[in-house]
Amino acid sequence: MITINEDLCKECNLCKEFCPLKVYEESKIPNKKGIHVPCPKNEDKCTKCGLCILMCPDQAIAVDDKDED
Amino acid sequence: MDKTNQNRFMKYLRTDRLPNIFCPGCGNGIVMNSFFNGMERAEIDFDNLALVSGIGCSSRVPGYIKCDSLHTTHGRPIAFATGLKLANPELDVVVFTGDGDAAAIGGNHLIHGARRNINLTVICINNSIYGMTGGQISPTSPTGSYGSTAPFGAVEKPFDLSELTKAAGASYVSRWTTAHPVQLANAIKAGLQNKGFSFIEAVSQCPTYFGRKNKMKTAVTMMQWMKAESITKRRAEKMDATDLEGKIIVGEFQNKKEAEFTEQICKLIGDKCTTGKPSSIKSAFQED
Ligand SMILES: Cc1ncc(C[n+]2csc(CCOP(=O)(O)OP(=O)(O)O)c2C)c(N)n1
Ligand code: SF4
Ligand code: SF4
Ligand code: SF4
Ligand SMILES: [Mg+2]
Repeated sequence: MITINEDLCKECNLCKEFCPLKVYEESKIPNKKGIHVPCPKNEDKCTKCGLCILMCPDQAIAVDDKDED
Repeated sequence: MDKTNQNRFMKYLRTDRLPNIFCPGCGNGIVMNSFFNGMERAEIDFDNLALVSGIGCSSRVPGYIKCDSLHTTHGRPIAFATGLKLANPELDVVVFTGDGDAAAIGGNHLIHGARRNINLTVICINNSIYGMTGGQISPTSPTGSYGSTAPFGAVEKPFDLSELTKAAGASYVSRWTTAHPVQLANAIKAGLQNKGFSFIEAVSQCPTYFGRKNKMKTAVTMMQWMKAESITKRRAEKMDATDLEGKIIVGEFQNKKEAEFTEQICKLIGDKCTTGKPSSIKSAFQED
């Protein structure tokens, strides 16, 4: 499962741009800080490569090793 | 990967200080992630780590990390780290510095650290500008790039920091960018494992100043640019100077075994001491 910490995300969009499988999409609704936190819309495509974790400058992303079922 | 829906590097961070002060998309956070990754893979004991930094946005990185750290004065982290390492040779000492911190005001400490081959790992976050003070041109700003002190474009030629430290005597030198976090982590791992002066140049983005002044307003555009302009050292060797203009040459520039400063000094102290066998400057000083 992919979780983004809304308190840490600054909407830099690096995860959205650099995920090789285009898992993230822009969220239309801003959160209470006015930040459009990306949404892992295509989570089913995620290979858990971990690139987004390395690329998020704000340590906002967690990719869980267990899938939801 | 992560068991608790929590970012896997969170355990190393001072969570009460988050979110960090860096602008959205600043490369400092990516270099920090790559450092944790390299540190884990080099099997460095987190409790045996001491981080030293100077002044600048990049130098604020250790302030977020839950280990011993020393935030020093502008340009001097390598000088402080040299003292720390000589007094406590068993510590893993890592320096976080910026292009201004390491190559302008701290340029002499950098070359002499490299010349001595003292066992430090220096991670230089090179964003080609003074971020913290408002976008002044630094010694690595490309010719023609804009900054608040170069409204018509920089006239000077930039330093190539990897070539500079290699020539000065560093025994490990690598350059990667924040668009290559895996390779950057590998280089940091190798730097940590090298017994000698290791210089890792992390070419990075300051979207707020370098980006805004150079027609790359966002972190995404800056990282696309770094990714597109990077060329491996092996490929670059077959190309001529004109084709290499504006390119970022990435890869390993030096990796050699050579006598290390701390070891030599400690041995000398041991050999010359007449009142016992001190193991370092600290123990010689404390006469134990
Ligand atoms: C002795 C001294 N001179 C000048 C300054 C002002 N100053 C603070 S940070 C800085 C430059 C920072 O540039 P860099 O090291 O590249 O760090 P960045 O903010 O880009 O990460 C300067 C000139 C200072 N703090 N101390
Ligand atoms: S782990 Fe890899 S595939 Fe999954 S969202 Fe992150 S970058 Fe994309
Ligand atoms: S990389 Fe991190 S801070 Fe940037 S948009 Fe994605 S989750 Fe937010
Ligand atoms: S000013 Fe530049 S270097 Fe400093 S935090 Fe902002 S983006 Fe990063
Ligand atoms: Mg800088």
